[in-house]
Amino acid sequence: MPSLPLTSQLINLCAALLLLLAFAMLTQRRILSLINLFALQGFVLVLSTLVVAYSTRQTELYVSALITLALKVLFLPWVLHRLIRALNVRWDVETLINIPATMLIGIVLVIFAFNLATPISQIAGTITKSTLGIATASILLAFLMMITRRKAVSQVIGFLAMENGLFFAATSATYGMPMVVELGIALDVLVGTLVFGVFFFHIRETFESLDIHHLEKLKER
Amino acid sequence: MNVASGIIFQVLQSVLVVLIAPLMLGWVNQCRAWLQNKSGAGIWQPYKVLNKLFHKDAVLAHDASALFRATPYILFGCMWLAVGIVPVLATDLPFAPAADVIALVGLFALARVFIALAGMDVGTSFGTLGARREMMIGFLAEPAMLMALFTASLISHSTSLPTIVETLGQREFVIYPSMAFAAIAFLMVLLAENARIPIDNPATHLELTMIHEAMILEYSARHLALIEWASSLKLTAYITIGIAMFLPWGIAHAGDWIGLPIALGVLVVKLALAGAGLALLETVSAKMRIFRAPEFLGTAFLLATLGMLTHFLLET
Amino acid sequence: MDFWSLQPIEAAVTLSVIWIGLGVLGLAFARTPRAIVDLLFPAGAAVALALALTGLWAMSAPASTAILPAGLPDLPFHVRLDPLSGFFLLLLGGVSFGISLFSSGYFRVHAQGLGLLCVQYHVFLASMAFVLIADDAYLFMVTWESMALSSYFLVTTEHHSEQNRKAGFIYLLIAHLGAISILLSFGVLHGGHGDYTFDALRQAELNGFWATIAFLLAFFGFGAKAGMLPLHAWLPEAHPAAPSPVSALMSGVMLKTAIYGMIRVIYDLIGDIHWEWGLTVLLFGAATSLFGVLFALMQHDLKRLLAYHSVENIGIILIGIGLSMVFIGSGHPVAGVLGLIAGLYHTLNHAVFKALLFLGAGAILNSTGLRNLNEMGGLIRYMPHTAFYFLVGALAISALPPLNGFVSEWLTFQASLQAPLLESSVVRSIVPIVAAVLALSGALTGMCFVKVYGVAFLGQHRHQLAERPRDASGWERAGMLWLALGCLALGLLPVLMIGQLNSVSQALIHASLSNEAMASGWLWLVPTSSQQASYSPVVFLLVIAAVFGLTYLVVRQIYHGRLRRSDPWDCGFPEQTPRMEDTADGFGQPIRHIFAPIFQIHREIPRPDDPAPVFRQEVEDRHWQWMYLPIARFADFLSGHFGKLQQGRISVYLLYSFVTLIALLVFVQ
Repeated sequence: MPSLPLTSQLINLCAALLLLLAFAMLTQRRILSLINLFALQGFVLVLSTLVVAYSTRQTELYVSALITLALKVLFLPWVLHRLIRALNVRWDVETLINIPATMLIGIVLVIFAFNLATPISQIAGTITKSTLGIATASILLAFLMMITRRKAVSQVIGFLAMENGLFFAATSATYGMPMVVELGIALDVLVGTLVFGVFFFHIRETFESLDIHHLEKLKER
Repeated sequence: MNVASGIIFQVLQSVLVVLIAPLMLGWVNQCRAWLQNKSGAGIWQPYKVLNKLFHKDAVLAHDASALFRATPYILFGCMWLAVGIVPVLATDLPFAPAADVIALVGLFALARVFIALAGMDVGTSFGTLGARREMMIGFLAEPAMLMALFTASLISHSTSLPTIVETLGQREFVIYPSMAFAAIAFLMVLLAENARIPIDNPATHLELTMIHEAMILEYSARHLALIEWASSLKLTAYITIGIAMFLPWGIAHAGDWIGLPIALGVLVVKLALAGAGLALLETVSAKMRIFRAPEFLGTAFLLATLGMLTHFLLET
Repeated sequence: MDFWSLQPIEAAVTLSVIWIGLGVLGLAFARTPRAIVDLLFPAGAAVALALALTGLWAMSAPASTAILPAGLPDLPFHVRLDPLSGFFLLLLGGVSFGISLFSSGYFRVHAQGLGLLCVQYHVFLASMAFVLIADDAYLFMVTWESMALSSYFLVTTEHHSEQNRKAGFIYLLIAHLGAISILLSFGVLHGGHGDYTFDALRQAELNGFWATIAFLLAFFGFGAKAGMLPLHAWLPEAHPAAPSPVSALMSGVMLKTAIYGMIRVIYDLIGDIHWEWGLTVLLFGAATSLFGVLFALMQHDLKRLLAYHSVENIGIILIGIGLSMVFIGSGHPVAGVLGLIAGLYHTLNHAVFKALLFLGAGAILNSTGLRNLNEMGGLIRYMPHTAFYFLVGALAISALPPLNGFVSEWLTFQASLQAPLLESSVVRSIVPIVAAVLALSGALTGMCFVKVYGVAFLGQHRHQLAERPRDASGWERAGMLWLALGCLALGLLPVLMIGQLNSVSQALIHASLSNEAMASGWLWLVPTSSQQASYSPVVFLLVIAAVFGLTYLVVRQIYHGRLRRSDPWDCGFPEQTPRMEDTADGFGQPIRHIFAPIFQIHREIPRPDDPAPVFRQEVEDRHWQWMYLPIARFADFLSGHFGKLQQGRISVYLLYSFVTLIALLVFVQ
């Protein structure tokens, strides 16, 4: 099998690292490490965007990479760190539901995502099956992470990780989105995080804890 | 190489590695001492320990059986075989085709079963405790290692370690993401199987925290010396397998006599770096609770399986 | 018929009939049990050995057929001996040779009912032989039935115990359900024309849908007999209930006749294999193997534990066969041959080492009367021979080199590594996961047998024994020695057997391993090419033995070999008792902790202030709750409603006859 050009190999490597980080976030207990992993995932995204920018010579992707660096690697993790310090959950360790079962479901999701990606990649030309598959897989894994968590902060990080997967799909599969769309999504995510932050304070005031179990008390009966 | 010189070389390689294995252990301990700001006992300490142990009288429990007495020799034999056939210096030695990765995992499993049985032989609580814990670690470590090795075999279309080394070492440099997963899984298994922190503390004296040490609590003198030597051989074997798979450059190829001294030099450098890296890893980690160990290894197993999956999905 | 033109089939039939004859003689000698154990069982063993040689002969000879002068006037019995049947006859003969030798020693203590036991035993052996050589559906079903019936009587030999009776009942029930499924499968294969000989079934053309129906019926029918999930529930009940040599025979040989049936129907009679079928077999095999070993780890009854391991190994055989079917169905016959050979080799290996283990358990039972692992311990001091043979069996089943279990697992892994040949990415992703499950169950088996061997043979004795146990008798040792030698031979010289298996697959699917594979000589096992994979068990054994010997001598030469005995380390606590060792349940505690959701565990833990504390733990199979009991309740419900037909009044019964008569008259009109 002839080896791929170096840029494709680097993108593949970034894709694999993304998948690894998605699994790591799935099984990470400490909220502090979770935020660091999220920052690392953002950094891998920046690297892959830079590689795509270099290989397709699209200058707007350099700008995109810069925005991602500023937002996902620096600003958002900083906001989250401040948030958990203010909420006093910095050193929290969360009990997870059965790690092996979660990872097994994760593996099944990966296979499913790849099967989903196969027909799409056969239709379109530029899309490589592997990167689209991994992007879909990381979105699904981030969703799974949101489902299996009990603390509100980790659920928000799951939401942000989903957006990471989407971004990866956009840059590596379609070689970038129109700048308008990208700025719009970035703004949405930023505003969303700020709103979540405000809500966390409210939740904690009402229930004295950020365990989302307590939200079930809001049921009718 | 013709057959006679090949066999001589094979024997020389195995004798050489068997003799340097305690030095490897000494180096790791010395690095650990330096990192902890102590002066350490010197890299030749394991040899002095072995010499001391061989001089002592062997003391056996009244009820120790023939299995108990035979196990140290069997263990030593298995580990000698393992380091003898792993391609350390050259890849075309006469017994090299026997170095099948699955067979190597089976060999380590054989050693583990015998030492666990020996632990249960005398009938005290400590032996059975150690045996039970060792098998608990082993039942996840062995499949994890097998899956990590399979990833390398799938890339090189062979389970024969010399072929893997030649294929990976001679190919132009390609980044294999699946090998990244496999490397992390292999490292985790190496730590677990060789009783290193974070799974087990090799220097502990508290019986309730022991895994490996608890099984060999009843051994003394030459039996203990052989078991300690076999442990250092196992560590060397694992490190050389790791080097052969993930850093295969510099190993002499078929019929290359001039390459052999270079290969020896490269090997020494790689082993030194690996030992220092291991010491660093041990110093920055803390020993885990015993029931976190299956989780640790379960993660290694799933990572290795994920690596195999990534190979199928990304690289073909 | 002169000796030199003897066909293998004639030899096979003659030997099987001699077995039946020996059984009948057992009835005649019922009053003199010594004659039975001294003459008849050894004679049966000799017949077994001859049958094994016949099977070996048939593996390299062309297929031979015969028509027996028995059966119905229009449906005589057809028999045929081709390489596949030859292989299974070799398995049957070789393993039952060891078991019959063992039985000569084992049954000496059972004076009563020995005549009946002899006839049931030999009829069981003969029916299994006839199943393997049957060439038409009629003879197959007759001998399948007689195999089930004779083994039922053997299982319920000790019918005084209610547990044994229940075990026999569930065994017979599931065996019959399987038999009905197999019969239906033959019916579908028949296709509506011609007769029921296997030749006719082979010729019948089936379209895809009916072929799949035939496959499913055959798979589940034979799977029920093989102990595949979810129809495995009878195995852990029936195998412990039977006397140990019979358990060995059932676990070692009878389960393999089911595998034979599966291969015969799928590869030979249906012929055109779809890869989806292979995927089904693969998934069921993987689930079965993991399930079997996890439950085995929780048992403390030795024979029940061994029965669960049989479930696990059937799963491993099915993984090999499933891989083979997937490759053949996707158009890669050479890889398919590798999978088939791996599955068949594991069949033979399992027969040998499982029989050895059951015989060891029987020897323990005979000497000490113990079956519960928690009551054993330290037996290596009293029963050194049994301990040695059991160790060989334990190492073999844990798939450790250089014994035979490792060879077949190695071959199965090699087959799974051929997965990159497949095109479908779903199947290509599933095969590594199945390989991971196989690796996991292999490692768990090792853990389980460390537990079994350590708790039973090593350490101190846990309970007081009435008298000092004696080692196995001469006959028992002979049987175990034969099987242990088989483990060693199959492990050290796999190339010879693989060469024979190659001709089996050539005859069956007209494909064999590549020429390079067979060219490496007896020392190296090379299934595809020597670049790709090679394994040399002889090198392993020689090097380890050489290092063992050299180290022993050199250390004594340079230093010394002095030794003295003392008390074991007690950590300063002087009151050590044997009860402080791990029990079998204690050893399984990590597994129970990690895999808790899979088991249904009932535990009774005493309170700390209880003056007579008792700890009880029972592990139940969830299949009873999910599958068996609901089906049983449904059957009960249905039969309750049907029971209403039994009114009790004569006039109603006369009414039934009257209505049937009127209906028939209308129909005839």
